[in-house]
Amino acid sequence: MSDTLIYATEVFINGLMAGVLYALVALGFVLIYKASGIFNYAQGVMALFAALTLVGIMDGQVPFSHLINAIFGTDIHHFGWHLPAVLAIILTMGVMILLAWAVNHFIMRHLVNQEPIILFMATIGLAYFMEGFGDLMWGADIKKLDVGLPMGLNTWIDDTTYNAFGYGFFIDNLDIVATIVAALLVAVLVAFSQYTKQGRAMRAVADDHQAALSVGVSLNFIWVMVWSVAGFVALVAGIMWGAKSGVQFSLSLIALKALPVLMLGGFTSIPGAIVGGLIIGVGEKLFEFFVGPMLGGATENWFAYVLALIFLVFRPQGLFGEKIIERV
Amino acid sequence: MKMKLISAAVAAIVAGAPAMADLTFTSLSYRTGPYAANGIPFADGYADYFTLLNERDGGIGGEKVNLIECETGYNTEKGVECYESTKGSGALVYQPLSTGITYQLIPKATADGIPVHSMGYGRTSAKNGEVFNGIFNYPANYWDGASVAIKYLLSENGDNLSGKKVALVYHNSAYGKEPIRTLEELSKKHGFELSLLPVDHPGQEQKSQWLQIRRDKPDYVLMWGWGVMNQVAIQEAVNIRYPMENFIGIWWSGSENDVLPAGDGANGYKALTFHNTGSDFPLFADIAKYVKDAGKAAGAGDQIGTALYNRGLYAAMLAAEAAKTAQAMHSTAALTPAQMRDGMENLEITEEKMTALGLPGFGPSFKVSCQNHGGDGLTAVVQWDAGAKKWNKITDFIAPDADVLGPLVAADAEAYAKEANITPGCK
Repeated sequence: MSDTLIYATEVFINGLMAGVLYALVALGFVLIYKASGIFNYAQGVMALFAALTLVGIMDGQVPFSHLINAIFGTDIHHFGWHLPAVLAIILTMGVMILLAWAVNHFIMRHLVNQEPIILFMATIGLAYFMEGFGDLMWGADIKKLDVGLPMGLNTWIDDTTYNAFGYGFFIDNLDIVATIVAALLVAVLVAFSQYTKQGRAMRAVADDHQAALSVGVSLNFIWVMVWSVAGFVALVAGIMWGAKSGVQFSLSLIALKALPVLMLGGFTSIPGAIVGGLIIGVGEKLFEFFVGPMLGGATENWFAYVLALIFLVFRPQGLFGEKIIERV
Repeated sequence: MKMKLISAAVAAIVAGAPAMADLTFTSLSYRTGPYAANGIPFADGYADYFTLLNERDGGIGGEKVNLIECETGYNTEKGVECYESTKGSGALVYQPLSTGITYQLIPKATADGIPVHSMGYGRTSAKNGEVFNGIFNYPANYWDGASVAIKYLLSENGDNLSGKKVALVYHNSAYGKEPIRTLEELSKKHGFELSLLPVDHPGQEQKSQWLQIRRDKPDYVLMWGWGVMNQVAIQEAVNIRYPMENFIGIWWSGSENDVLPAGDGANGYKALTFHNTGSDFPLFADIAKYVKDAGKAAGAGDQIGTALYNRGLYAAMLAAEAAKTAQAMHSTAALTPAQMRDGMENLEITEEKMTALGLPGFGPSFKVSCQNHGGDGLTAVVQWDAGAKKWNKITDFIAPDADVLGPLVAADAEAYAKEANITPGCK
C-alpha cells in the first residue's frame, strides 16, 4: 500500500468516528422534529445544560451558589460529596425529565397548532433562556468531565496496523466508545418507536396530532416523553463532547455540526441521522486530506455544508426523509 | 408642579451620574457566551485593581475611579455598540479585549480622541505611534510573541533551528493569522520548515490537524488559539502522545482553563506570557484585605492569581500608572482622554516602580514613546505543572528579534497610513 493510501485509510476511519459524534447531536433534533414538527434550536444548549448538570451533581456543586452567596452573604460552593458517575447520570436524567415537563407545561402546550416558525422561535427563546439559566445555576467556568471513559490512542489498533502496514493508525478510544454507544442508542430508539405502545403513540402524534388525539393519545404525555428522550440523547452527546474539551459554554455550538447531517440525512429519520453523520464525517475529513492543502486548509466547516447542499438539490427531503406529497 | 418634576428629574440624573471629576475607565468585558470562562477572570482582575485603588488609596491622585463595564459577549458588533454607548461618559481609555473590536475601534477612537490600549492583542503595527497616535499595545504584541517563541527554541537547540520542523496550529481568523508573516520571515532567517494548520471557529473538532501532526512529526508545535480550540488542541496533543514540552501556546492559549480539562496529560505544556502568574506578590494581600474580604470583589473571588485574572489586573495597573503619569504631566488630578493619551505615551515601568506597587518581578520593565507604543515586547515562557496545578516561569523576559520585526511593523504601519490618509508624526 502506498503511504497516501494508508494515510487516507486512517483519515477515512477517523472520519467515520467523527461522523458518529455529529450523529449523536443530530439524533436529538430528529426525535423532536419527528414527533412534533419542531426544529429544536435549543438542542445544542440542552447538551450543554445536561453536561453542566452532570458535572455539578458529580462534584457536589451547590446550584445557584453565586446567587445564594450574593443574597445571603454566605460562602457555600460545594456539598462536599463526589458521586459515582452512574448515579450522577441517573440524577441528571431526572433533571432532564423535569426540564422536558417544564418545557411542555410552560411553553409547548400553549403553542399547539401554531405555525412551525412560531414553534421554532419559541425554541430560540428557550435556548437563550437555558444558556443563562445554566450559567446562573452552575457558573461559567470550564469543568473537567470524567465519567471514566477511556481516552487517547488505542494501542491494539496502533500495533496491529503498524505490523500490517508499517504505520500505526490513530484511533481515539473515546471515539470507539462513542460508536458503540451510538449503535446501542439507535437500536433502542428504533425498537422503542416500533415495538412499544408509547413509541407507536409517538409515531401517531408525528403523523397527525388531531387523529392521535381522537383515538385517546395524550399529546402532553407524548411531548414530555419525546423531550425527555431528546434530553437523554443530549446528555449522551454532552458527555462525549464534554470529555474532549471540558464542559464549557461553547459546547452549545456543537449544534452547528449537526445541521449538515440533518440536511443530508433528513429531519425525520433516526438511521438517516447516523448515515448522514457518517457521510459528512468521512466527506469533510477526506476533502481536507486531499484538497485542503491546496486551499490553505480549514475546509471542513464549509465543505460539510456544500456536501449537504449537493444532496439537498437532488433529494430535498434528505437521504432518508419522508417525501411530502400534498394533494390539492 | 411641572417645574418640581423637572427639578426632581435633573437631581436624580445628577445624583445617579458619576461626579465629573471621577476618572472614568471602561471595561469591555464578556461574562456571557462561549468565551465567558476566559472573559470573567480578566474582567474581575481589571475591576478588582480599581476597587483596590478606591478603597485603599482613595482613587488615583485623589480622584475616585469610576469603572463602567459593558458586556460584549466577545462579539465585534456588540463591542462597537458598547464603545458608542459609553464614549460620552468621559471614558479615558478603552481596553477592548478582542482583536476584532480593536480593529473596528482604531479609526473611531482615533477620530474621537480617546486612546485604546490593546494589551497583547489587536493590530500589531499599532506599535508605531507616529501612525497610530491614540492606539497602544504595550508591553508586547503577537509578533513579539512569535519571535520570542522562536528565540526560545533557538536557545533550546544551541542557536540552530536549521532543518527543524515547526508547525503553527492557529485559529482561522485575523487573530490567528497574525504571527504567520513573522514566522515566515524567521523561518527564512533560521532555516526551519514552517507548516500552517488552520482550525476553523470554534475549534471543537481538530482531528484532521492532529492526524497531520502525527504523520509529519514536527519538532515543535506553536499554537495561536482561543476558547475551546485551546482545550481541544491540548487534549488531541495528549491523545496522539505529542511531547508536551515541545508544544508552546501564545499567552491567549496559556490559562488554567486551557490545561485543566486535559488533566495530568497537559503536564509540561508551555505558553508565552508578558506577566507573572500566581498570587505570591505583596499586592495580593491588599487585594484580599480591601477587596475580597471586604465583599467588594467583582466576581466570586475564586479567580485571584490565575493567568487571566492577573492579566486583567496588570492591564488596570498599567492604566492607573498611565493616569498618574498624565496627572503629573498636566498638573491636574481630573483628566481628559487627550491627557490620558499623553500619560500613556510617556509611561515608564521600572522594576523599582513594580516593587513599590507590590508586584516585584511581575512584569517586564519598558518605556513607551511617541515612536514606540508597544514597549519592548519582552516575553517569558511558562510551563504547566499538572501536579501542583500551576504555571512556573521557566525563563526571564526575553527580547524579540527587533531586526526582523522592525521592518515588518514599519511596512504595515506605512500601508495603514496610506489607506487611512494619515501623515505620520508625533503629536
